[in-house]
Amino acid sequence: MNIHSDTPLKNILCMSLFLFLPHNSLYANADSEKGYNIAARSDRSDRGFSDSVVEMTMILRNSAGKQASRTLQFKTLEIPDESVGDKGLILFRTPKDIEGTALLSHAKILKSDDQWLYLPALKRVKRISSRNKSGPFVGSEFAFEDFTASELNKFSYKYLRKENCGKLICDVIERIPLYENSGYKKQISWVDNSIYQLRKIEFYDRKGSLLKELILLDYRVYDQKYWRPHKLKMNNIQTKKSSDLIYDAYKFNLGLTDSDFVKGRLTGLR
Amino acid sequence: MSTSELGVADVYDKLDISGNIAFQLRGFTQNSMWKDQNTSDIESSISGEWEIRWQNNSNNQRVSFITFARWDENDKKRSHVDFREAYWAYQNEDVELLIGLNKVFWGVAESVHLIDIINQTDLVENINQEEKLGQPMIRLAFQEDYGLLSFYLLPYFRERTFSGPDGRFRSEAPINADNAKYQSSSKRKHLDFAIRYSHYFGDIDLGFYYFNGTNRDPRLSMGGVNSELLLNYDQIEQIGLDLQYTNSSWLWKLESFVRDGYADSIFAGVVGFEYTFYQVFDGIGDVGILFEYQHDDRSSVESITSADNDFFLGSRWTSNNMNDGSILAGFILDKKTSETFYSIEAKTRLKENFLLSLELKVATNSELGEPNFPQSRDDYLELQINHYF
Repeated sequence: MNIHSDTPLKNILCMSLFLFLPHNSLYANADSEKGYNIAARSDRSDRGFSDSVVEMTMILRNSAGKQASRTLQFKTLEIPDESVGDKGLILFRTPKDIEGTALLSHAKILKSDDQWLYLPALKRVKRISSRNKSGPFVGSEFAFEDFTASELNKFSYKYLRKENCGKLICDVIERIPLYENSGYKKQISWVDNSIYQLRKIEFYDRKGSLLKELILLDYRVYDQKYWRPHKLKMNNIQTKKSSDLIYDAYKFNLGLTDSDFVKGRLTGLR
Repeated sequence: MSTSELGVADVYDKLDISGNIAFQLRGFTQNSMWKDQNTSDIESSISGEWEIRWQNNSNNQRVSFITFARWDENDKKRSHVDFREAYWAYQNEDVELLIGLNKVFWGVAESVHLIDIINQTDLVENINQEEKLGQPMIRLAFQEDYGLLSFYLLPYFRERTFSGPDGRFRSEAPINADNAKYQSSSKRKHLDFAIRYSHYFGDIDLGFYYFNGTNRDPRLSMGGVNSELLLNYDQIEQIGLDLQYTNSSWLWKLESFVRDGYADSIFAGVVGFEYTFYQVFDGIGDVGILFEYQHDDRSSVESITSADNDFFLGSRWTSNNMNDGSILAGFILDKKTSETFYSIEAKTRLKENFLLSLELKVATNSELGEPNFPQSRDDYLELQINHYF
C-alpha cells in the first residue's frame, strides 16, 4: 500500500478494511484462498474436542546414532475462538532427574506465548521468555512452534499442486509463518484428500534451505471425528539428528477448565 | 458426571515412588582456619531422597512424603534427616487446602533469594541457601480470576541448621545451636502467619505478601560460658514484593521487602535482568547474561547479610541437547568491602538415570571483620553423582 499517494481519509478507510476483512479474503489470488481453505478444512476437522490428555514418548537420536528418551504428558485446553491460541500443560515424567518439571503455555496466534516453567526441586514457578519458539524443545529436533503451529491463523497459505503421497492423493500447500520469532521462512505441507490430515511437512530455515522433514503416521480416529497421528518422525536434514514422538491413546473431553491451566496450579500437579 | 466416569483415572498414576541417592565429594583448596575444625581437605558424604506420592482417582486429593537424609564424613551436624514434605492436600476448581510439611518458594532473582520466607534454610546442605527444611503449615489458597490468594498458618518453627565445630563454613566462636533464644515466650510454637497474592498482567508477573512471625534469619550474639555464638530468633512483620517483566529475550526482575522487628525497619531489594541469546555458536545451546544489584540497609546489630551493597554478574549456558547440560557461573562483588564471591554450578546427565554435577565456590578479598572472612579458607570444588530410581 503506497500511503503517500493517498489522502489521510483513504488511509483510515484502507486500515479499517484491513482490520475487519475476514482473514482469507486478504489474499487476492486464488492459490492463496485455495491453500487457506484446505488448511482450514484440515484444522477445523480436528476441532471441538474441548480438552485432551495424552502420554507421549520422545526418542532423540544424534548423528552418531546415540539415543535418549523422554516421557511426557500433554494436556490441552481448546479455546474455540480461532483468533486465540489453545492452552497447554506439559508434565515431564522421565528422565527421572527432571520428573515433575512442567511447562504451562498460553498460546497467542501472532504474538509470543505466555509461558511458565515449574522447577520441582526448588518448587519455583518461573515466567520464561517464549522468544525461543524455534529452538530445540527439550533437546529434540522439534521446536516448540512445531507443537503449536497447527493453529490455522498462524500462517498465510499458497496452494501448490496435487500429487500422490503413498497410497493417497495429497494437496501440497506452502505456508508462511505470520507469527513473531518463527525459525522458518516457509513450510511445505502435504494434506491428504481422504481424511484431510497432514501427512508430511518440510521446514525451511530463515535462509530458505531445507532444514527438517516431518512425517506424520499412524492416524487414528476418536469419536468418529477427531483424527490424531500417533507417530511423528522428524529428520533434521542439516544435522542428521532425528526425533520420534510416539503417542499413547488420547483422552478427550475430560472436563478440564481454565483453572487447570493457571500458574498457581503448577505447584500441585502431583 | 464425575470426572472418574470419564476415564480420568486411567490417565494418572495413583501411587508414585521415586527418589535418588547421591555421592558427594568436596575438596577444599586451603587448610581449615579455626580450632577443632576437621583438618582433612577432602570431605565425602552420601545423601538420599525418597519420595512417595499419591493421588486419588478423581484427582482432587493428593499426599506427598519426601524424606531427605545425609551422612557426612567430617561434620556431625551435617549428617541429618528431614521431612521435606509430608502433607495431604485437597483441591477443587478454585480452592486448595494443604495440611502438613511442605516447601514454598517465592521470588524471581537469581543471586539472592531475598523475599523467600516460609521455609527455613538447611544451611549445612549448601551455602547458596537454596536447600530448605520442610515447614509445618495449613495453607488455604483461592484461585480467582484476579489471581491466587493464599493464607498460611505456620504453627511450628524450624531452626536453621549450622555446621558443627568439626565442619567448614563456621566462624571462630562455635555456634550454640541447641539453646536458641526466642523473643516470643511460645518459642518454636509461636503461630506465624502469612497472606500472599500473586498473579500476572500481560507481560508482568507480580506477587506480594504480609508475614507476621518468627524471623527465619537468626541474629547472632556472643554469650554463654564458652563465649559461644548464640542464635536469637526475633518476632518480625514483613511485607515483600516480587515483580518480573518478561519482554522477548529480556527478563526484568525486582524483589524487595520491608521488615519491622528487632531494631529499626529494614529495607532491602534486589533488581536486575536476565537476557538470553538463543541458539548461539551454530545452535550449541543458549547463553544468558545476568546482572543484579543487591541492597540492604540493615544496621550491624541485626542478623548478618553480605547482600547489602553488591553487584552480581553471571552467565548461564544451557546445552538444550539430549544430556540437558547447563553451567551457571558468576560473581558477587561487594561495593564497600570489595569482597568477591565466585560461583560455578554445572551439571549434565550421564545416562538415563545418572546426573553429574560440579560446583566451585571461591571467596576472595575478605579482611578480618568482614562478613565472609570466617569462611575465607573454605573455597571448594564439589563433584556429585546422583542416581535416580
